[in-house]
Amino acid sequence: MDLISNLALGFSVATSLENLVFCLIGVLLGTLIGVLPGIGATATIAMLLPITFQLEPVSSLIMLAGIYYGAQYGGSTTAILINMPGESSSAVTAIDGYQMARKGQAGAALAIAALGSFFAGTVSTFLVAVFAPPLTVVALKFGAAEYFSLMVLGLVMSIALAHGSVIKALAMVVLGLLLGMVGTDVYTGTPRFTFGITNYADGLNFVALAVGVFGIAEILRNLENEGDREVLTKKVGRLWPSRAQMREAFGPVLRGTGIGSVLGILPGGGAVLAAFASYTVEKRVSKNPREFGQGAIAGVAGPESANNAGAQTSFIPLLTLGIPANPVMALMIGAMIIQGIVPGPDVAVEQPRLFWGIIASMWIGNLMLVILNLPLIGLWVRLLQVPYFVLFPIIMAMCAVGVYSVASNTFDLYAVAGFGLLGYVMSRLRLEPAPLLLGFVLGPLMEENLRRAMILARGDATTFVTRPISATLLVLTVIVLVVVLLPAVRRGREEVFTESDG
Amino acid sequence: MTDKNNTDILCGLALLAVAGLFGWQVFSLPIGTATRMGPGYFPMVLSALLALLGVIILFKALRSPEPDEAKGPLAWRGMAFILPAPVFFGLTVRGLGFVPALFVTSLIAAFASGRMKVWQAVLLAALVTGFSTLVFSYALGLPFRRFGPWWPF
Repeated sequence: MDLISNLALGFSVATSLENLVFCLIGVLLGTLIGVLPGIGATATIAMLLPITFQLEPVSSLIMLAGIYYGAQYGGSTTAILINMPGESSSAVTAIDGYQMARKGQAGAALAIAALGSFFAGTVSTFLVAVFAPPLTVVALKFGAAEYFSLMVLGLVMSIALAHGSVIKALAMVVLGLLLGMVGTDVYTGTPRFTFGITNYADGLNFVALAVGVFGIAEILRNLENEGDREVLTKKVGRLWPSRAQMREAFGPVLRGTGIGSVLGILPGGGAVLAAFASYTVEKRVSKNPREFGQGAIAGVAGPESANNAGAQTSFIPLLTLGIPANPVMALMIGAMIIQGIVPGPDVAVEQPRLFWGIIASMWIGNLMLVILNLPLIGLWVRLLQVPYFVLFPIIMAMCAVGVYSVASNTFDLYAVAGFGLLGYVMSRLRLEPAPLLLGFVLGPLMEENLRRAMILARGDATTFVTRPISATLLVLTVIVLVVVLLPAVRRGREEVFTESDG
Repeated sequence: MTDKNNTDILCGLALLAVAGLFGWQVFSLPIGTATRMGPGYFPMVLSALLALLGVIILFKALRSPEPDEAKGPLAWRGMAFILPAPVFFGLTVRGLGFVPALFVTSLIAAFASGRMKVWQAVLLAALVTGFSTLVFSYALGLPFRRFGPWWPF
């Protein structure tokens, strides 16, 4: 059995004492920052990213995976306790989770979220291990044209799932692609858009962009109206859910895992979609749908499991094709590239230790979350009471040190300030930062593949539609675009998103 | 509130301006042909696309205005203190060294909130600096000079 020996290899890498410690630190730090109100998972990871660069590639990615799970769980914690989801995927959890908290069942809600996530994580880690290797075989057949079409599809899907206006999201993708062009042209060595600043010849620093657009912009947004932050006064209540509650959560967890695993593979933010889909399904199959919105356990258990399963399986396109499915995966790709790893089908073949180590550490990260966070909930709750004005100077200092530590380039720090301003202006203009980040990461890859495909086809642009895989991907892209722009679907999307905002 | 969606009008104009900036830069780059694309080809297409999207947003905002959402006040004080903080760190980390540069950086950032008292800010900055120096400089061993050449000692 290849699978078992591969998994064994992965676990032997991930359970080395050193890597376990890094995974633990990652989970702790991720939860610590993720639990701070108003800071979502993406911003958390962006801010903690630089810390991991000092480690060797395997450890650094394992720690990053730990940060990811921690940040996600931290997001759910704030969603449940103070109704402040940091990310759209935990927005669904906030609907019923917060109601449970108001009834004094915050402990049970948090425990069910953790246990459901753990179950979903276990199943979907296994799925990643089963499906990732055969997919790399398919991925090896991909030529430049296929890659280009796949990236177009991924970008369009990410737009479809973004909040708000489709046109605006599309504009952000294009802007991201353009920002990705800054630096030296790979084919000719011509500097582009650098305004003569040689420090930007290697391109804009990815960490600076992520920290600025997500982290600093979020701080500025929070500083707009200081003061109207709800202070948590309710008791967390009994931590362990009752037997009846466990039984009630069982079905939703199973269904959520299934929904999440399938939707997570889709490029473009499957985890968000998974949480919404699971909530809708649970509401439909429930015997008493009226409970939803009033603190239904199924409304926490289902979406949380779906969310985590989706988060996990979104590693499949990343590990096999090197295509990020969502902004968090885009951060992972950025981290891999900085570590000198080119994400794609070759990773599984050439670096099995890394590939299987990451898969195994996903499960370990999930396990640590359950072991750590349940006893530590009291501590996280107390953290929620720390006033915001104490937090952000600390975060700013960490950002500055973190960004500088990537390449010791002082110009990256000026870029952070610039991107912070850009991110804030974008949020005022209701422009989403996630498509921008995806575009920025994919920009150089897309251009390279486009140019290579055109050279290979001798300038015949029909190559994208005559090659079957590429043509299929492009047809899918058109379908997605048409569907999103249809008035009926648009209204449905708005309804889903307003439900989550309410 | 006016009857027009000012957010979207501004948004469209801003996108047009950015597209213009990139487009203007593309002029100095060789475009190449579709077979052998030069460094300017893909950026040219993207700039044009961005401009087109900007026009669509602007047009939609002027033609069929949706009501503008209520928004909080601009975070002027936040911008005035938060954004210069990393810039200051960049300007001084080599000369002053890691410890003093970080101390002042956190101090600047701390004043972004009107609620911060001076003694709290100084204390917080000192704590942050001490902690970061321990973690990044001693524990992780990053190659930062703790005190730079601008100091007389």
